[in-house]
Amino acid sequence: MESLLEIQNLSAGYGQNIVLQGVNLKIKPSDFIGVIGPNGGGKTTLLKAILGLINPISGTIQFSESMTSGGVHRIGYLPQINNIDRQFPITVFDVVRSGLMSRKRLMGRYSAEENESALQLIEEMGISDIRAKPIGELSGGQVQRALLCRALVNKPALLILDEPNTYVDNRFERELYEKLKVLNEKLAILLVSHDLGTISTYVKSYACVNNSLHFHERNTVTPELLKSYECPIQIISHGDIPHTVLHQHTH
Amino acid sequence: MQSLIALFEFEFFRNAILAAFMASITCGIIGTYIVSRRIVFISGGITHASFGGIGMGYYFGFNPILGAVIFGIFSALGIELFTKKADLREDSAIAMLWSLGMAVGVIFIFLTPGYAPNLMSYLFGNILTVSKEDLLYLLFLSLFIIVFFVAFYRMIIFVSFDEEFAMTNNAPVKLFNALLISLVALTIVLNIRVVGIILVMSLLTIPQAIANLFTKRFDWMMILSIVFGFLGSILGLALSYIYDIPSGAAIIFTLVILYGVIKISGLVIEKSRQ
Repeated sequence: MESLLEIQNLSAGYGQNIVLQGVNLKIKPSDFIGVIGPNGGGKTTLLKAILGLINPISGTIQFSESMTSGGVHRIGYLPQINNIDRQFPITVFDVVRSGLMSRKRLMGRYSAEENESALQLIEEMGISDIRAKPIGELSGGQVQRALLCRALVNKPALLILDEPNTYVDNRFERELYEKLKVLNEKLAILLVSHDLGTISTYVKSYACVNNSLHFHERNTVTPELLKSYECPIQIISHGDIPHTVLHQHTH
Repeated sequence: MQSLIALFEFEFFRNAILAAFMASITCGIIGTYIVSRRIVFISGGITHASFGGIGMGYYFGFNPILGAVIFGIFSALGIELFTKKADLREDSAIAMLWSLGMAVGVIFIFLTPGYAPNLMSYLFGNILTVSKEDLLYLLFLSLFIIVFFVAFYRMIIFVSFDEEFAMTNNAPVKLFNALLISLVALTIVLNIRVVGIILVMSLLTIPQAIANLFTKRFDWMMILSIVFGFLGSILGLALSYIYDIPSGAAIIFTLVILYGVIKISGLVIEKSRQ
């Protein structure tokens, strides 16, 4: 199967500070990759490099032809919710439609067809009743839904999610992951998360990022994986309810 | 009331009304951008930096407003460029520019021989002495801002709401940031004649705060800010005439009172509904 994008020997960082080194990664159309690793290990830097927000110091990121349309990479991006100013005076509908801006010339208006596809996504995400509301009046989960619609409205081939489970309730978190499972039938997903326990039920493989990148083909959590994660999780077992057993400790 | 109506026979008064109207349009639209984007402090920096240009205008004998335009735009683009590139804390950099502009202004005015006429009108503004020339500049700016915001409305919102997301979509983020911050500088400088350096920031933020009590949509915030800005200016002008107090201060005072009255009556109505 042809890869959507191929990262070769990538080094990236900010100024003198090299955060990532020697990273190799292929993303295939059916992938659902969980990106894990300690804070400051380079997860966000990897995303920024793929999104074209920073230029690689060395190495390359090559996109397949099917990943490009109209000069823009077909990537849907869900940023961390705290990157969003929730006081900004904008409605849910306008947030969602703004995902189509890359198709627009400077002065473009949205066509009836585009409005329709935005409304359909809003419907699917179950936020029709709040589509005319300003985002300042929404809960964290509702904002995430709107941002997810914005990421999907331009029909991406790869969906990148940066910590989508911060500031949201458990119900939304489960709904989101179920939604991603369905979406994964049509597009590749790169999911950054600190919550290893929950995502292990959904992701197909892991990329562990800590200065360098280790790719784990299967979604089983190995002791090696946990060690690099620097997390007090000792045992993860799968049952009907995903659960985590923590190390013995006193409060 | 009769005497207020009779005022319209005076050219200076008609000019004042026109100035208030165009100040409300420019500050209503640009202020909504400033408040939404949370660049009030940056705008304060640009305002005070432009005083350096006014001082140089006095000293070298050219129109002080022209000096302010040059200082304003350069400091605006400087802030835009430096705070993104250099490893300088943004707020410290702005504070430095803020006081540097004031210092340069004071030095040049001090060096200018004799007495500096109209200095107070630059600091506190005087809507009643606005000249035909000032009005013409304000008219051009108003028209340009209206056309710019109508034509590029979606792109402005796109770039302002989530800059990073806009960049991933290859939107011309840097170009729009530079254009918009230049419009901020021009709006500030041309309104200095109306309300003065000390008070211009309030014309860019208080109407928006009032509008925000009614709406949380960008387009409505712009429109309502213009309406409330104009209302406050006219009431303030009347107040300034009746009590013989400085017009700029009277306008800002009226706007704050307007905000307070609407905010409190809103709270009372909400209480009584419960």
